Amino acid sequence: MSPMARTAPVPAATDPAIIRNFCIIAHIDHGKSTLADRMLQYTGVVQSRDMKAQYLDRMDIERERGITIKSQAVRMPWELDGTSYALNMIDTPGHVDFTYEVSRSLAACEGAVLLVDAAQGIEAQTLANLYLAMENNLTIIPVLNKIDLPAAQPEKYAAELASLIGGDPDDVLRVSGKTGMGVEALLDKIVRDLPAPEGDANAPARAMIFDSVYDTYRGVVTYVRVVDGMLHPRERIQMMSTRATHELLEIGVSSPEPTPSKGLGVGEVGYLITGVKDVRLSKVGDTVTNLAKPAADSLPGYADAKPMVFSGLYPLDGTDYPVLRDALEKLMLNDAALVYEPETSAALGFGFRVGFLGLLHLEITRERLEREYNLDLISTAPNVEYEVTLEDKKVVHVTNPSEYPSGKIAEVREPMVSATILAPNEFVGAIMELCQSRRGVMGGMDYLSEDRVEIRYRLPLAEIVFDFFDILKSKTRGYGSLDWKADGEQVADLVKVDIMLQGEQVDAFSAITHRDKAYAYGVMMTTKLRELIPRQQFEVPIQAAIGSRIIARESIRAIRKDVLAKCYGGDISRKRKLLEKQKEGKKRMKMVGRVEVPQEAFIAALTTDESKDKARK
Amino acid sequence: MPSVLPLGDPAPSDGLLPQQAADGSADRAFGLYVHIPFCAVRCGYCDFNTYTATELGGGASQDAYATTAISEVDFAATVLRDSGIPDRPLGTVFFGGGTPTLLPAEDLGRILKAAINKWGIEAGAEVTTEANPDSVTPESLAVLKDAGFTRVSFGMQSAVPHVLKVLDRTHTPSRVPQVVQWAREAGLAVSLDLIYGTPGESLEDWRYSLETALSYQPDHISAYALIVEDGTKLAAQIRRGEVPGIDDDDHADKYELADQLIGEAGLSWYEVSNWSRTPEQACRHNLAYWRGDDWWGIGPGAHSHVGGVRWWNVKHPTAYAGRLAQGLSPAAGRETLDDGTRDMERIMLEARLASGVGVSSLGESGRKAVAGLIADGLVDPASAFRGRLVLTLKGRLLADAVVRRILPD
Repeated sequence: MSPMARTAPVPAATDPAIIRNFCIIAHIDHGKSTLADRMLQYTGVVQSRDMKAQYLDRMDIERERGITIKSQAVRMPWELDGTSYALNMIDTPGHVDFTYEVSRSLAACEGAVLLVDAAQGIEAQTLANLYLAMENNLTIIPVLNKIDLPAAQPEKYAAELASLIGGDPDDVLRVSGKTGMGVEALLDKIVRDLPAPEGDANAPARAMIFDSVYDTYRGVVTYVRVVDGMLHPRERIQMMSTRATHELLEIGVSSPEPTPSKGLGVGEVGYLITGVKDVRLSKVGDTVTNLAKPAADSLPGYADAKPMVFSGLYPLDGTDYPVLRDALEKLMLNDAALVYEPETSAALGFGFRVGFLGLLHLEITRERLEREYNLDLISTAPNVEYEVTLEDKKVVHVTNPSEYPSGKIAEVREPMVSATILAPNEFVGAIMELCQSRRGVMGGMDYLSEDRVEIRYRLPLAEIVFDFFDILKSKTRGYGSLDWKADGEQVADLVKVDIMLQGEQVDAFSAITHRDKAYAYGVMMTTKLRELIPRQQFEVPIQAAIGSRIIARESIRAIRKDVLAKCYGGDISRKRKLLEKQKEGKKRMKMVGRVEVPQEAFIAALTTDESKDKARK
Repeated sequence: MPSVLPLGDPAPSDGLLPQQAADGSADRAFGLYVHIPFCAVRCGYCDFNTYTATELGGGASQDAYATTAISEVDFAATVLRDSGIPDRPLGTVFFGGGTPTLLPAEDLGRILKAAINKWGIEAGAEVTTEANPDSVTPESLAVLKDAGFTRVSFGMQSAVPHVLKVLDRTHTPSRVPQVVQWAREAGLAVSLDLIYGTPGESLEDWRYSLETALSYQPDHISAYALIVEDGTKLAAQIRRGEVPGIDDDDHADKYELADQLIGEAGLSWYEVSNWSRTPEQACRHNLAYWRGDDWWGIGPGAHSHVGGVRWWNVKHPTAYAGRLAQGLSPAAGRETLDDGTRDMERIMLEARLASGVGVSSLGESGRKAVAGLIADGLVDPASAFRGRLVLTLKGRLLADAVVRRILPD
């Protein structure tokens, strides 16, 4: 076992030969953050008494959900055989929605620790990230975590890992982030097995941005990996994709608190502060160079984050609209993938159509808005972006069903994904059934081990954004895992289903669905609304329609009695207060034509609980 | 009255009323309500402020109650005078409960006499007591008549034994015609109270109750839908699934049947839950509530109203008696209504009456709503044309919804 390093290599004066850059690839709850915490503690960069669980995950939501949304990099000293090394651990986001950010984090490393729960085995997203790491030519160190759990099956999963990346099952390290067992051996192995970074110290500076975070006090903090040359404080730097230039106000390393340095050299990982206030000016994947001595070519792999899923966000209380607008503006500073524009719904009032990378991104954003800005929100059913070509060749991009053109339509194209599902083989039938019901086409199937399979499907994105993952989880008793990536588009027979209350169309409930599923959607929504909308003073027909054709119909019977029989002994005050309360309640109703619809009905109709319930049965 | 008092402002211990109460008081009718907070047994649906005989002592006991109530009559007369309100003869008096006839008729007479001594009484005034069919005799009814009572309202509730049982009513149905006969012989006008919508009551049960009640040819009928109040035994039974819950559609069917049968028997509605044989036989005390007249409520938990000031007494008879013994106002809280609130109450209350609300007295949005209410069949078009908003049968069943539509936003 190595002792804690007596002297740490100094940033800006560190030989690339003693630098090791690595990330940890793991599934959401496989213990990555706990392991990272243990490394911080063993290398002495965080004193034991300062340890809070999951030190690197800064946002409350991250800590509560136990997931990492934004990545970070920490520099840790470690001594092996008398030499002090500088280890840069780059914490990667763990979720499917953030694949692009993961790919940039991987590109900043020479190696990856593949961390797998010894009781659960590898999951789909981990596998996808492993493939990504292998494509980036990273050296993989396979590690089984939670070895202390009674349910751990290290032999079985070591064999699985060995078959995936080659090598001997006995070479798979066994650790416990919780107890610290095996963590020092892992640090030693990182130093021994991972290659040192290579780069040209004399070339013009090139550094890749792998994360960009907005900090209220410091503005945007940009995390970079230097590939060639050197960056110094107070230089003017340039972003090669946008050509924007900034002055480098501060440069340094996280250890784990930000520590300014005299610069960053080849192979080093650290942060830059330029005083800009918007992460869009410092985009993940972009290359930073020196304005005075610019590099000729940017580093490969840069791409703009593209929203895949759209949802309307509306404040429950219309007067909160300015609060929501300001909150989105602030969130955008820290989230380059978030896009939004104002929209108006006849039913829900003023709100925004917001584009997200995926469902988790949507959920997290919504939760942050509600928690950090104290907003109550209604979010409409998530949508994908359709390309509708009219007969007159005009092309319309639709991210909201209410924008669906009413003219003659020649063709509708929908975005597709290729999905990978990992599960125990006993669930193959159930998974195939689910995917086929979602218009999926099977791409192939492989056995990872004797009883675990990898199933590949090409599916319309629209079919997986709503409740697919929940149903997959319930059909596989929690064992199934899913990864997906965008995979072009296809022409499909899609229609828009409108929902009408007493003949008035309610835009918030409209949906674009495959023609074969329009009827099911219509029945589901009309039935749900019949239960959710209170009886009115008149009968209310609820209809689902494609164009002018009614496909489903329900009705809410008129209420017949709404009167208090008497006022006891002249207690008029009580009656008046009841009336005042009812009138107050009426104000919280949204009027659809003459129909009073409670806010709760909108929320309930737009949530997916019912589909989850159905799946559980 | 319900066992939960409203929240209001604290009431001053001397009970003195603000100037608003005195303004125009000489021109307003004045009535008296006397609450008798005793029952022989507690009914399972009842959340009124009432106690069984053994529960109370001191000035709150049944024996001492008349004396305590009379001390509030004295207190009331002083407060009104000191608040600048001239003495006005009583137009209506109503003894309610509880079961007023659990007290000896002589006690009720004493309380009435004390009030008449203070304020005087109009010629032809209406003086009513509620009564349980179990707790009257020809003799007690005669004593009431002699004391000045003009009218008795029997809590018949239903003619069907299994319905009475769910309601915990102890009387046998066959006693009702007898007590009606005795009251007639004593020279008292008769009203019957019915309750519909009791769990387990069928439409035919209700028809039978109505037909039976009407066969006694009462001068007046009240028919109230059963309200299940929180905290009652009945509410607990429904929650536990021991008896079925309340269904508004069933209530609507039964109200419609009541209106039909009572109407066929020659009585007309004058308020949502009340019918009388002639307009003169309408319960004037009840109308005073809906018309916003002045009345003083005597007794624990009783509500009073004088010129836009509403107050209510402490609930428990012992606390009530204690306050009066110390010469303090028994009021627990009160409200002084501003003009807007008084107007809202006026619309809310008058809308329930067959005489209706003046269309011109509604705000602009209320007047605009009238056409829609006529179109929905809730308001009588002919009356509206003459300037009165009067509910149709359908409108009476939806009276609260109509009121929400005609009140200013």
